[in-house]
Amino acid sequence: MSNSEYDLIIIGGGPAGLTAGLYASRSRLKALMIEKLLPGGQIRVSDALENYPGFPETITGAELAQRMTEQAGKFGLEIETNEVLDVDFSQKIKKISLPDKTISAPAVIIATGASPRKLNVPGEEIFLGKGVSFCATCDGPFFHNSVVAAVGGGDTAVQESIFLTKFAKKVYVIHRRDELRATKILQERAFANDKIEFIWDSVVTGIKGGLTNVDAITLKNVKTSDTKNLNVDGCFIWVGTRPNIEFLKNALELDKNGFIITDSHMRTSVAGVFAAGDIRNTPLRQVATAVGDAAIAAFSAEHYITNL
Amino acid sequence: MSDNVLIITDTSFDTEVLKSEKPVLVDFWAPWCGPCKAVGPIIDELAAAFGDKIKFAKCNVDDNPLTPGKYGIRSIPTIIFFKNGSIAEQVIGAVPKTKLEDTIKKVIGESS
Repeated sequence: MSNSEYDLIIIGGGPAGLTAGLYASRSRLKALMIEKLLPGGQIRVSDALENYPGFPETITGAELAQRMTEQAGKFGLEIETNEVLDVDFSQKIKKISLPDKTISAPAVIIATGASPRKLNVPGEEIFLGKGVSFCATCDGPFFHNSVVAAVGGGDTAVQESIFLTKFAKKVYVIHRRDELRATKILQERAFANDKIEFIWDSVVTGIKGGLTNVDAITLKNVKTSDTKNLNVDGCFIWVGTRPNIEFLKNALELDKNGFIITDSHMRTSVAGVFAAGDIRNTPLRQVATAVGDAAIAAFSAEHYITNL
Repeated sequence: MSDNVLIITDTSFDTEVLKSEKPVLVDFWAPWCGPCKAVGPIIDELAAAFGDKIKFAKCNVDDNPLTPGKYGIRSIPTIIFFKNGSIAEQVIGAVPKTKLEDTIKKVIGESS
């Protein structure tokens, strides 16, 4: 095998990283998983995972993350809370730079996932934490009896809008098309919820407010170009995700949106470097797809290492 | 929770934070907030390292709604650094330890 300190370094500790760690540890690879916050990733903010098989009573993202972490740990996965600043994939032994040291391994799995995409409109940055939010489970309770806007039409936007109706008296769902992309069962629930009102064919062009609060958003109808103000106390944004690739610089081949290109074995453009989960160029970003990717990535990494 | 971290309430906020001689870091959090759980242990670690230069405090926004209301907090975790009774820095959302470390150094005047 190799003379580096680890056989495999996994960057990122969401469902993909934890699953890769589970498989790698059971293969008796000396594996290290690096996570900059707490293991779990994006699912930490989900109040109910209804589409991850095996939990008919539903499970919270935080609990699933906790269970996955315990399971990987049981087989010996080493987990470190640290932040990857830079990578060097130019040699057979890959180097990973952390703030306090550099570590190395012949194989690396990248599972750094994605973060919510911003609207990039005036007011979004200023009112972040003061009425602009990307997390209903974190911030929903601050909007008790309030009127809020939710931007987006995918699964996250619709599911979180429904969650917001527990607190808000009115939720406007603003979507740029005239139909939702979200799963049908979520659409049915949203249409049946009398606190939710849809504003179709519209985009948010600005967020306005006072010193510490949001008062209104500006909407533009994409078909008629008409603009109007909508009075809201908060604006939740769920318009897709962007890949967490800042530390990668130009080390790997990416698609036009910045997601890592892999083949069906989760191999990237560099031999010995694999990718799994939301960070990958993939048609669906779910816990179920992330864990599937990760099992293949760990299998491929093991195969790569034993054939060195 | 670490012994180095003070629990702040609406009642004690004025004395412990605004009238504090040392700068104060206040972590506004709630038990239902997933990302807050990621930040909590980081605050405990930082308190062990920087506790002599800066006072570390946590404020549960469920039990103490007045203080977060006064500062317009509508997202947690929000971490506010107070110096001589006013806001010196503010960090919103779960961020890595390095980011908080940099902000602490800035507040206590040891910029890296």
